[in-house]
Amino acid sequence: MAENKFIAEDGREIVLRADHLCIQFGGLKAVDDVNLQIKQGELYGLIGPNGAGKTTVFNLLTGVYKPTSGRFYLCGEDLTGKAPAEVNKKGIARTFQNIRLFGKLTVLENVMVGLSNQIPCSMFESIFRLPRHKKSEAEYRKRAMELLEVFGLAEYSEHLACNLPYGKQRKLEIARAMATNPKLLLLDEPAAGMNPNETQELMDDITFIRQKFGITILLIEHDMRLVGGICEKVTVLNFGTELAKGETATVLNDPEVVKAYLGE
Amino acid sequence: MEFLITLVNGLSLGGIYAMIALGYTMVYGIAKMLNFAHGDIIMVGGYTVLLFLSVNPIVAIIASMIFCMLVGIVVEKFAYKPLRGASPLAVLITAIGVSFLLQSISQMIFGSAPKFIVIADLGILKIGELAIGYSTIITLACSVIVMIALSVFVKFSKTGRAMVAVSEDKGAAQLMGINVNSIITITFAIGSALAALASVFFLLKAPTMTPSFGSLPGIKAFTAAVIGGIGSIPGAMLGGLLLGIIECFAQAVPAISPYTDAIEFSILIVLLLVKPSGLLGKMRREKV
Amino acid sequence: MKKILNSNIKNYAALILLAVLTVVFAVLSLCGALKTSTAYLLEEIAIKIILALSLSLVVGFLGELSLGHAGFMCVGAYLGGKTAALLVNPLGNGLLTLAVALVVGGICAGLCGFLIGLPALRLRGDYLAITTLAFGEIVRTLFQNTSEQSFGGPIGLATPRFEKSFFYVICFAMAAITLFVIQNLIRSKHGRAIKAIRDNEIAAKATGINVTRYKLIGFVLSAVFAGIAGVLYSYTKFNVSSQTFDYNYSIEILVIVVLGGMGSINGSIISAVLITFLNRELANVLTGNLAVLKDLIYALILIAIVIYTNAPALKNFREKYSIEGFKKRRKEKEQNG
Repeated sequence: MAENKFIAEDGREIVLRADHLCIQFGGLKAVDDVNLQIKQGELYGLIGPNGAGKTTVFNLLTGVYKPTSGRFYLCGEDLTGKAPAEVNKKGIARTFQNIRLFGKLTVLENVMVGLSNQIPCSMFESIFRLPRHKKSEAEYRKRAMELLEVFGLAEYSEHLACNLPYGKQRKLEIARAMATNPKLLLLDEPAAGMNPNETQELMDDITFIRQKFGITILLIEHDMRLVGGICEKVTVLNFGTELAKGETATVLNDPEVVKAYLGE
Repeated sequence: MEFLITLVNGLSLGGIYAMIALGYTMVYGIAKMLNFAHGDIIMVGGYTVLLFLSVNPIVAIIASMIFCMLVGIVVEKFAYKPLRGASPLAVLITAIGVSFLLQSISQMIFGSAPKFIVIADLGILKIGELAIGYSTIITLACSVIVMIALSVFVKFSKTGRAMVAVSEDKGAAQLMGINVNSIITITFAIGSALAALASVFFLLKAPTMTPSFGSLPGIKAFTAAVIGGIGSIPGAMLGGLLLGIIECFAQAVPAISPYTDAIEFSILIVLLLVKPSGLLGKMRREKV
Repeated sequence: MKKILNSNIKNYAALILLAVLTVVFAVLSLCGALKTSTAYLLEEIAIKIILALSLSLVVGFLGELSLGHAGFMCVGAYLGGKTAALLVNPLGNGLLTLAVALVVGGICAGLCGFLIGLPALRLRGDYLAITTLAFGEIVRTLFQNTSEQSFGGPIGLATPRFEKSFFYVICFAMAAITLFVIQNLIRSKHGRAIKAIRDNEIAAKATGINVTRYKLIGFVLSAVFAGIAGVLYSYTKFNVSSQTFDYNYSIEILVIVVLGGMGSINGSIISAVLITFLNRELANVLTGNLAVLKDLIYALILIAIVIYTNAPALKNFREKYSIEGFKKRRKEKEQNG
């Protein structure tokens, strides 16, 4: 049985498994017994009203907070309690609800920072401009440009990130996260503040990177059209606990869920 | 006996530090900036006393407080207000510039040689073996009164509560109809007046004034504010008193007295490592 | 090929300039064509360049405010100077002694940088500023109260001045080395990581950057070069006094970095040269009671520049009248026409 914990019934690998995640701030249980099982290549939605604890779950899964109890595993490896940078190196990348770019770096550099851990080059080699420095820099540039092409940002590569329009900043954040070569991508309200056209474009991009990189995605979203349109499965959080989970269409029609969102 | 005298001296010095630290901490709480030029307001206060001393000591003290208030308001208006919303580093560097500016203006007017400013010779109180300067006792009494008055003001007056509101959340306070600009102005005015008062007590302790006089007490009081937890009014009082006591006791021991400054600053560093937000400060985590 | 060469020259303009200057000065000093006062000024300029570059690594690129840079310089000047004083008899007052002193001073300052880097991991912004300021004052107080035999105490430490008059060439060479190391570091993936931490620490962590490591490296490297500057300083004097390295000295270096434009290496160098030069010239012109005018002017310029470059209300104005804005408008005009 033990080996099967990370293999689903249909034989696909379970990329993210979270067991009984809880976190308490003072007396407040922000997240209470949340369980997740996301299979390889799945696009999983995490929805719920404001203050339900969605972003807190992300913060737990990326090491920003340490859970009071419960554990989570990436492809079978226990990452509970690891620091954010360590979690990222192991293969979980994220974006933020309030965009967090490296504003005074160029668009290209933002993605290159994401690539940092992919190609080794020591500080000594960099300072003395040894051959590996040149090779790795060229490689960073090449790979970063490729990613920018995917997100349609190539023409902005030399702009400062803080000067990009809002929608493009969101895309750049996803590109930077993808640059760290993650197994699991966490998107925190990627469509927040976007107009319908931009949202559509974003949905196409997400679908595209899933196909191209075969990546597993967990996303928080308020836009029900987006969730209904692309997520295969969802978990609904309310007051830090799971309200419902399962196939998207079934869950979204659940009267309990409708009640939590719209009130009685 | 000696212990008692050192303690009283420490409390008295601490009271002065607390008064200056209050200026730092209130400005920090409300304008979210380190007013590095605050120490130099003490020096401005000292020289203003000198100008009006020939009239009457009490008039000189009041004039000094009013003039420092004006200086504080003008500095805020022209140097800090344009930078509201800019990076904290930019504001801090401007404050450093203001500090230099105040020092060089004073030097142009009064020269760099020390000026002797004797406000009043108050004599020494003797109780048995105890000998304490009246100035020490007055300083202690005044600083206690100031601290109580300020606490009452902040807690019960409309303006005081508005100050607390602005320091909690500037945007929300503005939406509640509080005029943030005038609150900031009032804060600078109060802080500067306290600095002027502090200069009077410094002059009572040692009657000399130089253009760079404010630097060290300024840094010490800033240290006190940080030890107490910057942004916290009780913290500034506690930090000031603690620092004053530490300083007096360190100076009372011949073996370590040369290292007094180093000891005070080391305590600051160690404390910040153990408790990064100071003794009574609130830890504000950046929300992810 | 020409293009690559071109961009390389552009990227390394400052380094090439410093190297050329070093050679020119070396030739000049061989011909004996420089006045002693000019030589002293050049020494001072080179030392200020090293200080400005090393501080800009922490303030401009790592984004942490340090008000204790003179403290690291003090450690370098005292420990490097003491090493030199001890080695002058067995090894002579030559390059070998200097090299050992530089290594000792640099390493000791670097250790202090590590110690200050530790609180930097936990403290942010203003709290770190006061910690670094406190560090500088502690170092100064400690050296001030040493015994006469060890570090000279209040009278200061007697140090050997470099025997040859071409010491400024060595200073410039050290400045070039500092520039080489810091510039190459900044223009690499490590530099990008350091700037990423400055721009958004939380995002940097989430992008897999080891923030602890880079912060410590930034502080240590900055301190090492400040220490080296201190050793060079001790070599330009016969006596090192702890009074020199007070908080105002740290502020002076900070002002150079800020005026040069935060995060601009070339700017730091230019402003180090200009300010040191102006300091000297103004000191000659404004004597006696007028001397204070210099500080007054500096203070006003500092305030004006910071407000001009940072005030949110002046954003449109700046964009309109900056070089980039001018270029942009010309481009637009070309496209429309």
